[in-house]
Amino acid sequence: MTIAVSDPPARMTHGFDYTKLVLYGFALVLCVLIVLPMSWLVYYAFVDKDGAFTLRNFATLVNDPTLLDPLITTFTLAFSTSLICCVVAAPMGWLVARTDMPLRRTVRLLVTASFVTPPFLGAIAWELLAAPNSGLINKVYRIVTGADADSHLFNIYSFPGLIFVVTCYTFPYVFVLVANALERTPSELEDASSILGASTWETARRVTVPLVLPAILAGALVAFLQAMTLFGSPAILALPAGFHTMTTKIWSLFQYPPKPELAAAASLPLLILTVILLRAEHTILGRRSYAVLGGKNSDPRLIRLGWLRWVALAMCFIVLLNPVFLPYAALFNATFSKVASQFISFSNFTVHNIHFVLFELSATKLALYNTFVLGIATATIGTVIAVVISYLTTREAVTGHKALGFLATAPVAIPGIVLGVGLFLSYTRPPFVLYGTLWILLLAFLTLAMPAAYQQMQSAFKAIHPELEDASRILGATRLKALRQITAPLLRTSVIATWCFVFVGTIRELSAAVMLFTSETKVISVLIFDLNESGDLAAISVLGLIMLVVTSGIVALANRLRLGGGSVRLRDN
Amino acid sequence: MTRKISRRGVLKGTGAVALTVYASPIRAAAPPAEAVTPALIEAAKKEGKVVWYTSVDLPLAERVAKSFEAKYPGIAARVERTGAERVFTRIAQEYGSNIRAVDVVNSSDAAHLIVWKRNGWLLPYVPEDVAKHYPAEHKDADGTFASFRIFLCPMGYNTNLVKAEDAPKSFADILDPKWAGKIVKAHPSYSGTILTATFQVSRDIGWSFFEKLSQQKIMQLQSASDPPKKLALGERAIMADGIEYGMFQIKERGQPVEIIYPSEGTPLIVGPNAVFKNAPNPNAARLLQSYMFSPECQQLIVDIGGMRSAHALTKEKAGRTPLSKIKLMKDDAAAVERESDNIKKRYTQIFKI
Repeated sequence: MTIAVSDPPARMTHGFDYTKLVLYGFALVLCVLIVLPMSWLVYYAFVDKDGAFTLRNFATLVNDPTLLDPLITTFTLAFSTSLICCVVAAPMGWLVARTDMPLRRTVRLLVTASFVTPPFLGAIAWELLAAPNSGLINKVYRIVTGADADSHLFNIYSFPGLIFVVTCYTFPYVFVLVANALERTPSELEDASSILGASTWETARRVTVPLVLPAILAGALVAFLQAMTLFGSPAILALPAGFHTMTTKIWSLFQYPPKPELAAAASLPLLILTVILLRAEHTILGRRSYAVLGGKNSDPRLIRLGWLRWVALAMCFIVLLNPVFLPYAALFNATFSKVASQFISFSNFTVHNIHFVLFELSATKLALYNTFVLGIATATIGTVIAVVISYLTTREAVTGHKALGFLATAPVAIPGIVLGVGLFLSYTRPPFVLYGTLWILLLAFLTLAMPAAYQQMQSAFKAIHPELEDASRILGATRLKALRQITAPLLRTSVIATWCFVFVGTIRELSAAVMLFTSETKVISVLIFDLNESGDLAAISVLGLIMLVVTSGIVALANRLRLGGGSVRLRDN
Repeated sequence: MTRKISRRGVLKGTGAVALTVYASPIRAAAPPAEAVTPALIEAAKKEGKVVWYTSVDLPLAERVAKSFEAKYPGIAARVERTGAERVFTRIAQEYGSNIRAVDVVNSSDAAHLIVWKRNGWLLPYVPEDVAKHYPAEHKDADGTFASFRIFLCPMGYNTNLVKAEDAPKSFADILDPKWAGKIVKAHPSYSGTILTATFQVSRDIGWSFFEKLSQQKIMQLQSASDPPKKLALGERAIMADGIEYGMFQIKERGQPVEIIYPSEGTPLIVGPNAVFKNAPNPNAARLLQSYMFSPECQQLIVDIGGMRSAHALTKEKAGRTPLSKIKLMKDDAAAVERESDNIKKRYTQIFKI
């Protein structure tokens, strides 16, 4: 019994290229992901309530001090963060990449730990640590110095406090860029300098520093960008201190009565600036290629620090106290303590908080479910799209592949909160009413994850020379068979690694989710944010630790499978 | 005896206050009271779940939900808790996008009920207890909502940080420069309690109070249930506003907080409950609404929650100042409804946040 379906003859002929269909299909998907929300954003920014063209939204933006002040605050925040990140992270990167400091791998691992800690969780942990009166550090300070009840060492609810916390979770970007650049720098150039009679310092000044300068500058730009578009930490620390940043202001414009047109207008400067900064980063990093001149490179020469290496190590650990050890300890303490800001003791120990979160808090189950469904779906679909697009672009399989690559990278320029606003405006109205479903969150997370996933997969494809596939095809395999038998096994670890990173990036996303969730589609990050507003710090600590355990597990798995030197850029939110 | 009289005083006091809230041109339009029948329970169990949007402090809200689940096994009650103003925004956004997720709602901003009722979103449904045991001032004449909870928005202090004799006695007292940097308060754009309280304080004392308070370097929180917690942690010494029931709970757990009922009067908050017409779980919603007005649940929110109840059969808990002994500010939900946007805007201008 055969089924009467006519075999499509097109496969044999050259009349129609099916790969074109694939190209257009994916291009369309990417366009819907990116172009639609951004168009609505621009539209709303330029129309009034009746839909007529106006510039009044921008006039309001510039003339209203409650809107202009946050803009200035945001720039100051981003600039200071970027500067401090470079001062702290560049020397650390150098120590890890080019010196004989002990425990270099551990230091790298700990930087990764601060990398994967969601910044909003770090901010809440720092509330526990450095709230001026109830903060653990300030309590210890008062006990040790005997200072009176009003004095404090550190007030986290302040502008410097916010800069500090944002820096804690931004410096890894600079660190990774600098460390990687230094590791790639061939020591032959430095050796040549030494042979020609230059002193160590002169070599450093005239050879090493110029070689890593592009990486430092790029790091500074990335840090600036991260700090500028961050939502969680300012929402948690700036509001109690009595000031707004651009992201929290955009978010507050959606509170009742919502002002979407103002939110859209306020989002545009953020978007434009991000595009400009990314262009700058691209230009700077584009020059870096000369660093690998010199043919076959030997391993970088390690500089002997002598006894100073212990000092260096101590300094690294002091730096890492801030993003990793202290916050994690504070969360752990709050999890098992009856009062979040008291140290655990025999009289104070409780497991009630864990019981409350797991069995009494009725939102936990749904939020965990939503988070994992979205995490898995985003990671799977995102990886598949990334694989296909990377294949098409690296193998130049179709004409127009460059545009595809550009579209896949473009979301890098969209801050999470801006995308949230755009998606909200696009999908709460016909023809696509997706608000209130998990789909709108999936779209947001996919869009945000696409650039990192694409870059990961693209470099993986580039590493596999097409001649392997060609050999297979010469020996008679079809294109698909060659892909399955040769390319797929070689790509497996990269695919899994990409999946893991998209998953981790998705379950920690807050800034887009906070604009798009409904009661039925709440995720863990939004639940944590809600709990923070009513001051339920113990419940947050439990949820935060659950999240950290899952994240670290996945990252550890990805690291075992080899990772491109931490070159993946997780988004902060 | 004295207790009974004070209860009556309580109801009279809140009654007079709440009269304006529920006054409506159409009288006696409410449907007949409905008892909890086995058929209702059966139908509710078929639905198997119910969602309660509320701004009640989370642990208490979950406690109420769990007590409902214990009484009616097989129906999962999910609490969707956020600040009342956020609840209002959320429901507006959801209904604007044709999402029908809310079954039963409770708001600490009674003005919201006026809006929802005007929109035709609320179901006229009168539980038996409401018909029999609630004074007319605490139920809507058309039977769409009734006062689930009554509480105050007082001031407070941390007894480890401030001696009783030094503690402020009035709103005016906390404007003393010696309290600068030591005051915590919540935000009217988030919390219905604070919105209502801000309305009453600005009406009775004037906006100048807030203008001066903004010079005191206050710690600005969102939820009205947060200031008592920050007070208990010792993060700030003085609370300018926050929920009374949270203060009772914390104090009765032995933590170092004390309530101040300001001499100018204490803002009175009424939190009504209502069932939505388009509730996704209509039977479970009715059952939950009926349960919440039962003496059992009302006594629970009094004893464990620290609330006050309009139910005639509930008893106040010993050791708490009865409402009759407290000078109250006058509640006026209709005025709050008119002024709401203005209050938020003005507050934001004054406090720059």
